[in-house]
Amino acid sequence: MTELSMTQSAHPKVGTTGADAEKRLKARYRAEKRFRAYGLVSIAIALLFLAVLLASIIAKGASAFTQTFIELPVTFDAETIDPDGSREHSALSAADYRTLINAALEKKFPEIAGDRTAKRDVQRLVSQGAELELRKMVLADPKIIGTSAEIWLPASSAADQVLKGNAAHDESSGLSEGALAKLDLLKAAGTLKRRFNTYLFTNGDSRQPELAGLIGAVVGSFYSLAITIALSFPLGVAAAVYLEEFASKNRWTDLIEVNINNLAAVPSIVFGLLALEIFLNVLGLPRSAPLVGGLALTLVSLPTIIISARVALKAVPPWIREAAQGLGASRQQMVMHHVLPLAMPGILTGTIIAMARAIGESAPLLMIGMVAFVVDIPATPVDPATALPVQVYLWAASPERAFVERTSAAILVLLACLAVMNATAIYLRKKFERRW
Amino acid sequence: MFRKTLVAAVAFAAVASGAQARDQIRIVGSSTVYPFATAVAEQFGKTSGFKTPVVESTGTGGGMKLFCAGADENTPDIVNASRRIEKSEVDACAANGVKDITEIVIGYDGIVIANAKSGPKFALTKEQIYKAAAKQVVKDGKLVANPYNKWSDIDPSLPKEDIVLYVPAPNHGTRDAFNELVMDPACLGQPEIKALDKAAAKAACETAREDGAFIDVTENYTVTLQKMITQPYSVGVTTFSYLDQNGDKIQAATIDGQVPTYENIASSKYPVSRPLFFYVKKSHVGAIPGIKEYIAEFTSEKAWGKNGYLAEKGLIVSPDAQRKSEAAKGKSLTNLTM
Repeated sequence: MTELSMTQSAHPKVGTTGADAEKRLKARYRAEKRFRAYGLVSIAIALLFLAVLLASIIAKGASAFTQTFIELPVTFDAETIDPDGSREHSALSAADYRTLINAALEKKFPEIAGDRTAKRDVQRLVSQGAELELRKMVLADPKIIGTSAEIWLPASSAADQVLKGNAAHDESSGLSEGALAKLDLLKAAGTLKRRFNTYLFTNGDSRQPELAGLIGAVVGSFYSLAITIALSFPLGVAAAVYLEEFASKNRWTDLIEVNINNLAAVPSIVFGLLALEIFLNVLGLPRSAPLVGGLALTLVSLPTIIISARVALKAVPPWIREAAQGLGASRQQMVMHHVLPLAMPGILTGTIIAMARAIGESAPLLMIGMVAFVVDIPATPVDPATALPVQVYLWAASPERAFVERTSAAILVLLACLAVMNATAIYLRKKFERRW
Repeated sequence: MFRKTLVAAVAFAAVASGAQARDQIRIVGSSTVYPFATAVAEQFGKTSGFKTPVVESTGTGGGMKLFCAGADENTPDIVNASRRIEKSEVDACAANGVKDITEIVIGYDGIVIANAKSGPKFALTKEQIYKAAAKQVVKDGKLVANPYNKWSDIDPSLPKEDIVLYVPAPNHGTRDAFNELVMDPACLGQPEIKALDKAAAKAACETAREDGAFIDVTENYTVTLQKMITQPYSVGVTTFSYLDQNGDKIQAATIDGQVPTYENIASSKYPVSRPLFFYVKKSHVGAIPGIKEYIAEFTSEKAWGKNGYLAEKGLIVSPDAQRKSEAAKGKSLTNLTM
């Protein structure tokens, strides 16, 4: 310390020329370069993490977008489907289509007849969804009853995972040696193929991985988000306008401001508990409903929207207000005609960021019962539903191996939704941006 | 305008919730039973014409709380449990007007101690597991802080690896079962523990060590599975259905010389298995459509029988006689007796 102050006092004046100055200049250039390098390294590290995350999710999830199908010679046996010959919708709908598939398998592999174990082995290669496929075909066109055709039917998830290489080609895959041998035969004969996995986008949740889909979760997320935006946007903007344009600066508004800022940082599970207490226990709204989910997410996103809307309003230059009032506009007219439209791009950006957070929230939904097994696709916002992040969580927790790739696929769908929302935010900002 | 939106939303909510009675079964409870209950629920929804029940995985304790919160329609109809309902929970239920409950044993589940296939093979006894997991163990006639850091410190025959145990946290029914089936039997018999009073003995036996070798997993078994795979020397406590689905990644330790296979658990040779339950709120039967039919589906041979779809999901099927008596209980809705 003393040494330092001594050296400093030894050079009381700092010149701008000479060897010393040149040295200092070089040091400053070096510092400048280092400073920029730090920034670049930070960006590179962030990008690296993002790349690793995306790569691992895509590597795991890509295979979930295809599904293996098996070609089987199905006979639409009139005796099995509709023994009365009535061709009534209810009879066709309740028929036992599994029998048709089992018969088709026996036709394909005549050697399994009479061997119960071998039959069961082979039956495990075909998904339960195959029955639904056949039912759909018969209901669409009852004339096919009595005919035979080669039909591509979905394979079971165990067979699918072996063929995709996600499961080992041995008994740990859940298929017996006999079943695996038959699977190899089918593959060699060219009666297996991979198709786009439409179930993933048209079905609700299921315990059969090959039948599990996201549409229930997507609809649930949509309802929740629609309710969130319908409530939190008007409430948030109204609160921000009042606080920014009308409220006088005093102890009360300070207190409110501090509280709003605090609320923005409160963990979302707390809002879930609040929603449980108010909406379920006091108001008696239904459990697991996207309506309540939307209300809970409104609580989560309101502080963010209020804060970002206030910042956007503050950024509107004061002379706009003065000019408006100078020309005789009332304060309401000033806000509605001038300040709010100019602040709108910023408010929208903030709102969409709040919505992007809301779509990814699962903690508040846990408390109100939206983390549940829901098969039926919700028709209204009061029907039980899940949401996308919840579906990711539920699939990740499932023991079946085929849910591993589906979990990653669900994450990709969620990421795609987020990307669309953020792109919209950027578009809106660019489109409505004003310069002064 | 803003006020109108709010009023409209609240009015809509009130109308929507008040206008219709619930026509869908609601189930809560254990995450261990969840894979089985959801499989039954889905099958029931597809074949019965009723709406598919909604199943929440809340853990046994959390499920009991919701189930016992009251008898009105907003409370669940059925709770799944990976341990038997406790006396205190029955009392809490009764205090809230839930007096008549039917108990059904659906089958068995093995608690499995496993590690990654790439790691060493473990042949453990209950006593060794207790010594690896407890906070205090008996040494030279005294209770001392757990001195064992490597498995080989406990017994030279065990691998020379640091002890790292991943065990479901106390919010899981599996942890209760782990304490009851592994820790207590290995510990309570020791004379030093017998000298303590009952509560102190239980605490001494069931308190897990806090020096980092014993890690609570509050999340689900997938997390345990990931930890086992990424750290081949670590050992995790999981359930049979996870071992069954991931046999190519993890291997089970033998406990007291027994391998946790389906047959060994079903025949009770494997020492760490427990029954799984669900409980039905009788006052909701008839008020909520489909409960009787759901019980019938669950207790049918095609579901919980030897070749049923639940066995395929990893449920250990209970013996024929027990299935018969439990199905009869489900049909007549016999009251729970503690």
